[in-house]
Amino acid sequence: MKLTKISLALAGLMAVAPPFAAAQQRINAAGATFPAVIYQKWFDEYHKMHADVQVNYQSIGSGGGIAQLTAGTVDFGASDMPMTDEQISKLTVKPLHFPSVLGGVVPTYNIAGVTQDLKFTPETLSGIFVGTITKWNDPRFAKDNPGVKFPAEDIQVVHRSDGSGTTFVWTDYLSKVNPDWKSKVGANTSVNWPLGLGGKGNEGVAGTVKQTPNSIGYVELIYAVQTKMAYGSVKNASGSFVKADFNTVTDAAAAAAKNMPDDFRVSITNAAGKNAYPISSFTWLLIPSHIPDAAKAKTIKGFLQWMLADGQKYAAGLSYASLPKEVIAKEIKQIAKIQ
Amino acid sequence: MATPAVAETTAIRRRTTQTGDIVARLITLAFAASIILITFLLVWQLWTQSAPTRHKFGFAFLFTSTWNPVTEQFGALPFVYGTVVTSILALLISVPLGLGSAIFLSELAPAGISNALTFLIELLAAIPSVIYGLLALFTVVPLMRTYGEPFLKSTLGFLPWFKGPVYGFGLLTAGIVLSVMTVPFIISVSREALLAVPREQREAALALGATHWESTWQIVVPYAKLGILGSIFLGLARALGETMAVTMVIGNDPKIAASLFAPGYSIAAVIANEFSEATGKVYQSALIELGLVLFLLTIIINGVARLMIVATTRKGSKR
Amino acid sequence: MMGGNLIWRKSVNAVMLSVTGVFTVLAVSSLFLILGYLVYYGGRSLDWNFFTKLPFPPGEIGGGMANAIVGSLEIVGVAALIGLPVGFLAGIYLSEFEDKMFCPLVRYVADLLNGIPSIVVGLLAWGLVVVPTRSFSGLAGSIALAVMLIPIVTRQTEQFLREVPLSLREAALALGASKWKTIATVVVPAGSKGILTGMILGVARISGESAPLLFTAFNNQFWGGGITQPTASLPVMIYSHAIAPYEDWHRQAWAAGLVLIGMVLIANIAARLVLARGISVPRA
Repeated sequence: MKLTKISLALAGLMAVAPPFAAAQQRINAAGATFPAVIYQKWFDEYHKMHADVQVNYQSIGSGGGIAQLTAGTVDFGASDMPMTDEQISKLTVKPLHFPSVLGGVVPTYNIAGVTQDLKFTPETLSGIFVGTITKWNDPRFAKDNPGVKFPAEDIQVVHRSDGSGTTFVWTDYLSKVNPDWKSKVGANTSVNWPLGLGGKGNEGVAGTVKQTPNSIGYVELIYAVQTKMAYGSVKNASGSFVKADFNTVTDAAAAAAKNMPDDFRVSITNAAGKNAYPISSFTWLLIPSHIPDAAKAKTIKGFLQWMLADGQKYAAGLSYASLPKEVIAKEIKQIAKIQ
Repeated sequence: MATPAVAETTAIRRRTTQTGDIVARLITLAFAASIILITFLLVWQLWTQSAPTRHKFGFAFLFTSTWNPVTEQFGALPFVYGTVVTSILALLISVPLGLGSAIFLSELAPAGISNALTFLIELLAAIPSVIYGLLALFTVVPLMRTYGEPFLKSTLGFLPWFKGPVYGFGLLTAGIVLSVMTVPFIISVSREALLAVPREQREAALALGATHWESTWQIVVPYAKLGILGSIFLGLARALGETMAVTMVIGNDPKIAASLFAPGYSIAAVIANEFSEATGKVYQSALIELGLVLFLLTIIINGVARLMIVATTRKGSKR
Repeated sequence: MMGGNLIWRKSVNAVMLSVTGVFTVLAVSSLFLILGYLVYYGGRSLDWNFFTKLPFPPGEIGGGMANAIVGSLEIVGVAALIGLPVGFLAGIYLSEFEDKMFCPLVRYVADLLNGIPSIVVGLLAWGLVVVPTRSFSGLAGSIALAVMLIPIVTRQTEQFLREVPLSLREAALALGASKWKTIATVVVPAGSKGILTGMILGVARISGESAPLLFTAFNNQFWGGGITQPTASLPVMIYSHAIAPYEDWHRQAWAAGLVLIGMVLIANIAARLVLARGISVPRA
């Protein structure tokens, strides 16, 4: 009958569809969109080198990474905000934080008629996102950006609609430089935004800013670079206007590198240093300290080793910054803690 | 005439066929019962898994407007607002459009053309939501941002609904996209309701000197009004539950604003966006409770729609 | 209602009737606009890569959605495997075995289930499958889709079986056939056109669903390795690619949209043709 034909076809399809040998290590991971670009590159390259290893990484946001790790539906998570003690207490198996790469969160904008790189200060940035600065031709912009012709248009603010480590980095920075921001909005993966459109993931924010004239959003550097969108420089703690790139982000991590805590949970926003980019951050892979499947544990450890050595070479090409040597050395020791 | 042997065989055959019947009945009954089981499971899941927030907030959940996953303060109001506003907007556009088309298709168009056009319009209902979203994102949003909303702002900007910055994304755009998605339902069911109106009604009106339009608008349409209302409720139920098309254009901001240009959020959209990242029992439970609210809304509206449509068919068959 | 008033009434008549015509044109043209955009943008973007390659890392050009196409077929296939028999048999029950209390209840519940928003059905599948198995899986997605398919098939089956004339049933019974034999060999084949239509339309409807798959089947960058793993699907890929900032991903979203709508429309048109022309299914 009809049904037997259908079921036969289906069985045939299922036999054909995964076209390879049986000993596949399939690892599921989910989390931050901040490092998603380099993670996807890493997992793709690693798969090319080890055809039996497939790491399926879904970039659903740091909040999602932590949630799914807690629910046990993924083998490891990823987040740009270190897990809080409260979040860690909800897990039966303690997670280990492994910094994977350094990155910077940049203010990216799409303003009619403006092709130059703009300079932003803590005041202008917090003013935009809290809604006190509403138009692009506000004199405060002109002060920092002489010679730039701003249109007399409303500022379209774009932020994250999902739980985001990138949001944490951004709001952490604003909280440090603006006590008013700290009390009104605060710093977390999800905050009560006074105004603006919500985009899903770094991808969604970049996509929305790209499509919406006179808009501004915050994204990890690579998303602005890959989509050829303009992004501005930010005034750092030493008073210089710094644009995010490999060197300035590495500088931001210099102090932390020397004094890295054992659990690797640290914030490097508003770092001291003449050339430090003030909105930089580590991003972490959240690996359970105990992985019952021995083969999976071995695969994950193998990947981590690779990530801390060859993987770092991909950072520069994708606008991230590689980890400081001291941090790498410390992490290699932590790999042994995965049972 | 039947020898004992034949009588015996007939009796056996009767018993086996009776068993066959009983088995068939039981099997099909089991599958029919599974439908009830599935629905029961659904309601049970929604109810039990929303317990944390139901106990924490009670009915206040429906009237609170904060949505703060960090402090675990949840309120459904912004989402109910967004869902209701976009659906009403959708109906405001699709009801005149749909009813007008249904009138044309039932009163004016010759049967062949009417059937062909109805077939095409019903294809609109088959288009997946995510494709409406794809199109809306790349065509409707830029159009609204560049032309539509500024035009409304310049002409009707004194009204509170048309004030504020123009994003392209927002409640108005979501409403417009939803209207295209609800129109086929209204046309399809209204047309059936109008076609079911007995000829005598029209002919009587025309005999009294009414124009074609007068006969339609004053006699036929009121006669079919239950079916038409039913189609509207059906369209409304569809609009309330739409997820993908809405989440791609509504702006994803859990706020209540008077302006239709403002970004908003709907129940279905927030569940789609935030469920996979809901850490903690309370957050998850809040989203599931939203699902429960949506579920109840759609049951009520679908129920009303059904009653009305059934009432029309009963009325129409009374000749 | 006399005299000069007549000219006014006649003009109102002309205007309103033309307005209804305009509305109809608007409604129909929206379909053509939608198809037009998809064919134009999607057609330009369809290439061999789309059908054969896996997704590339973000920012790299040339990836495809091969795994999503196969994933969709798998998920919808399993959903059909579960949902079609259940709906079919339940429909037979409703039409052939009349039960005063039970049947109206089942009908009511089936209509209820039909109207439930797909995202809520996704929540059900999440709670039933993802949570206990602690894993996203194509199977969870299939179950969500099956739950949506069942009421559609049930009602269609019941409706078309009811339309089979009583005389056919009575003739079979008069010849000594038992009830189940009558159903199996006479009634069902007689109603098979409509039933088949319902099945095709139902499967077409669920193959375009994206919301119930978001947190059940999740997504996958690679070949999934079976229905018990997170599985990529076309509708979810369209969503994730459309909201991203990469031109190449937008291109692929259009292509996927064209493929998806092609499948859905072909299924719909085929179903209508089956119903209209009377192509009957050969008896089993």
